[in-house]
Amino acid sequence: MLKCRVIPCLDVKDGRVVKGVNFVDLKDAGDPVESAIAYDAAGADELCFLDITASHENRGTILDVVQRTAEACFMPLTVGGGVRTTDDIRNLLLAGADKVSIMTAAVNNRDFVREAAEKFGSQCIVVAIDAKQVAPNRWEIFTHGGRKPTGLDAIQYAKEVVALGAGEILLTSMDRDGTKSGFDITLTRAIADAVQVPLIASGGVGNLDHLVDGVRDGHATAVLAASIFHFGEFTIRQAKEHMKNAGLPVRMD
Amino acid sequence: MSVAIVDYGSGNLHSAHKAVERAAAEQGVSVIVTSDPDLVRRADRIVLPGVGAFADCRRGLDNVIGMVEALEESVIKGGRPFLGICVGMQLLASRGLEHGVAQGLNWIPGEVVEIKPASPDLKVPHMGWNTLEVRRQHALLNDIPVGEHGLHAYFVHSYHLKTADPAHIVATTEYGGELTAMVGRDNIVGTQFHPEKSQKLGLALIANFLRWAP
Repeated sequence: MLKCRVIPCLDVKDGRVVKGVNFVDLKDAGDPVESAIAYDAAGADELCFLDITASHENRGTILDVVQRTAEACFMPLTVGGGVRTTDDIRNLLLAGADKVSIMTAAVNNRDFVREAAEKFGSQCIVVAIDAKQVAPNRWEIFTHGGRKPTGLDAIQYAKEVVALGAGEILLTSMDRDGTKSGFDITLTRAIADAVQVPLIASGGVGNLDHLVDGVRDGHATAVLAASIFHFGEFTIRQAKEHMKNAGLPVRMD
Repeated sequence: MSVAIVDYGSGNLHSAHKAVERAAAEQGVSVIVTSDPDLVRRADRIVLPGVGAFADCRRGLDNVIGMVEALEESVIKGGRPFLGICVGMQLLASRGLEHGVAQGLNWIPGEVVEIKPASPDLKVPHMGWNTLEVRRQHALLNDIPVGEHGLHAYFVHSYHLKTADPAHIVATTEYGGELTAMVGRDNIVGTQFHPEKSQKLGLALIANFLRWAP
């Protein structure tokens, strides 16, 4: 039986982890590769790097991080942030990423999703959606960390990118992100039920019940969290045990 | 011993390369990533990876002049141990039906068809960790806990290989019906899942492949 996935996400800037991982004694909490190795050992089902490097000159730093991670961790790796062109995707895949997540470039040019999926296969193209509620049962896509509205309806947009070849949706509720009050379940479910591809729920995880809610009520096939794992509040193992006790299928290898 | 990982432009071979190196516990195993048919001919063991669509991968393989012939020579005539991974496993089939019909190597007769889970709740691609149900014993699964409570393998695919001969199925996985997870005959074996991404199970399977004497 397919298990639901628990995915820790690391924000990486200029090749260094922002808000470093503190749950184990790392020699260098800012080294993304060390953090990745720790999560690999802890039983994470996948890893996600979000590159938030601002300057163009340092854009290459993520490739080095991905390459070194792929040499040390034999688990799936998704990388997103600043992916604009098919060359960006190719470089990340060649460095060792299994999936690449695209956001703004897809909003600006929907055809980029089609081009990417045709070139590299849907299985490695994740479309990231940052959505905010703008009315009851209506959510709008925002870019630039939730600052820039696009006027696009999140559910329609999700259907559209899946039709174009997106193999997975990474959905973040910008209303919940950083609040620790749980996923926006209504939004998660609305999009999960609207598309045929797997959905990763993100934004707002503050406790382990939230992870259960995301899968059971939100119909997500994977749950992504950052701070609850990085700061040692909960281990991956505790998260999975909690989900298992709630009756969800998880991998305890 | 030398292991050749066939490079035919099908995405990242870095992980496969490193995983084989890691699994090669004994000294003196040299692992090369190559698009040179002569190096493939000289290798003791061959790994054919593959990501993307079947037809694209087949085109990529054909574009490496002499590679299909080198593989036929080493694997079919020479009996060298061969491991196909993901689309590299699907290419063993007679033909693939993804984005039009494309011919496979026809080493494991059958067709690569779209996954259609019985339950509408199940998403496609089949993406994530799933367990293996063994249909017949195979050296590559030696000492690996399988079944519902066994170790998990990492899958990501929308198509799977329906073999013409059920005896070619080594393992299946459950996803709203049975999906082919592993096929094999003689010195040929293929996994739909990614051993290079499957942590414990994957490294153990690759180590078994390096020891395998079919």
